[in-house]
Amino acid sequence: MDFYFGLAQTVGIHTLLGLSAYIVLLTGQVSLAQAAFFAIGAYAAGMLTVLAGWHVVPALGAGSLLGAVTACAVGFPALRVKGLMLVVATLAFGEGVRLFFFNFDYQVAKGGIRVGPLGGEGFRQIRFFPEHGWTTAEVMLFIWVFVIGVMALLWWLDRSRYGAVLRSVGEDEVAAQSVGINLTAVKVSAMTVGGAIAGVGGGLYAHYTTHIEHANFNVLLATFAIAYPIVGGLRTVFGTLAAVIFVQAFLVEGLRFLGDWRNLLFGALIILAMNLRPHGLFGRHGA
Amino acid sequence: MLELKAVSRHFGGVRAVDGLDLTVNEGEIVGLIGPNGSGKSTTVNLIAGLFPLTAGEIVFRKQPLRDVPVHGRLKLGIARTFQSIRLFGQLSVWQNLWVAQNSPEDRSRRGFFARWLGGQTQVREEIAQLLEFSALGHKQNELAANLSFGEQRRLELARALAARPKLLLLDEPAAGMNAEEIGQLRQRIVDLRAKGITVVLIEHVMELVMGVTDRIAVLNFGQKIAEGTPAQVQSDPAVKKAYLGGS
Repeated sequence: MDFYFGLAQTVGIHTLLGLSAYIVLLTGQVSLAQAAFFAIGAYAAGMLTVLAGWHVVPALGAGSLLGAVTACAVGFPALRVKGLMLVVATLAFGEGVRLFFFNFDYQVAKGGIRVGPLGGEGFRQIRFFPEHGWTTAEVMLFIWVFVIGVMALLWWLDRSRYGAVLRSVGEDEVAAQSVGINLTAVKVSAMTVGGAIAGVGGGLYAHYTTHIEHANFNVLLATFAIAYPIVGGLRTVFGTLAAVIFVQAFLVEGLRFLGDWRNLLFGALIILAMNLRPHGLFGRHGA
Repeated sequence: MLELKAVSRHFGGVRAVDGLDLTVNEGEIVGLIGPNGSGKSTTVNLIAGLFPLTAGEIVFRKQPLRDVPVHGRLKLGIARTFQSIRLFGQLSVWQNLWVAQNSPEDRSRRGFFARWLGGQTQVREEIAQLLEFSALGHKQNELAANLSFGEQRRLELARALAARPKLLLLDEPAAGMNAEEIGQLRQRIVDLRAKGITVVLIEHVMELVMGVTDRIAVLNFGQKIAEGTPAQVQSDPAVKKAYLGGS
């Protein structure tokens, strides 16, 4: 049973990562910086529970806040560029953050051992859950409280005027400006909300794996972040969840018995899915 | 209300608008006509702020517009429609009008959170009026992309009106319309004036321009070649030669 709880944890955390990209994609922006905000949330929340002795909930809040602030700061200069240039700019930022954590040492002695981030060796002993006796099922439920909360928030935002404005910017920037919408404010706010979601996802990731390192937050993770909402479709938040289940549960775990052939089939099935459902698993029908 | 003073816009060696002077008074309906490529749409884009000026100055209600961004011009009271319809096709008709409610009045009388995250009940009545004006009430939940061409034109006009403009720039609103639709459009433009909205109308349908405008400016190669009442412009030899034809 623990296998399925573990899988549900992975699906939940990747769903948060995908949702962080979903809101940015609504404005028509492709950001490869989501893995960086995820990393910032992971390191920040981990350091607060391990080094400062915080409870995990406020630590996740702080990680989320730091992710949001960073995303807002990145948003202003990065969103001055569009399309492929934005992809390159956010990719560069993501790699910069990863390399920062590759070189980031901040260890203190605690209980006879040194704990905290140690550059390339990563950040071990993020043991809030085991130290407090949480079972795998409890951790899974804890993660899904956040997933459901974020999905409900985005579902509601999508139905608000703010959601309509995000989509209008994503459809036609010139028309959006002409009806009085401030593009910079809208794009930066979407980036900020995305950064907050990625930050909380990263904090949860750090605590359920207990060990993080810079390599966890590479460009592959950033690519997954934008792939989930694209594969799932931008019509509703449920598309992102469906895509994560499709990729993580079906493609990654369900096809494990195929061994090395799995990776080949992995890409082929995503291409097949996108051909059968060109607007995403939960996208609109027709052209 | 609106003054264009020696306005120019050059694209490389092409002088799309070249030293244009134009004044639009409050409450007027001013036509802007000329052959294709004469600079009419570029002039509208300059007033709306989509292109920066190469030279000259545009003043709206005594405020120079040079440093006012596109979205800021709407807040000052300048709204527009586009030559090629630019609706938000994947939003409903209702949502297209909802996102366009960005007038200073909308901003001031509703709180930030009510405006962005809720407040549907507050705006429902105003949107209902716009839907009635544009005869789209029965299509309010339809995606804009699924509307017929004429309906899309009407929605675009309604969306421009959602911001309570003082000046409305209409860029070929009759393009692609049949005679009946043009007649309805004419009546709507007259109704706009009755509501106190000043209109700049770019149009190739002469029946509409001549029938509804108070004054017409004629452009050719980016320069104004004539200006006057519809009757004066129609009898101007330079206009006949460049645009209207005939002897």
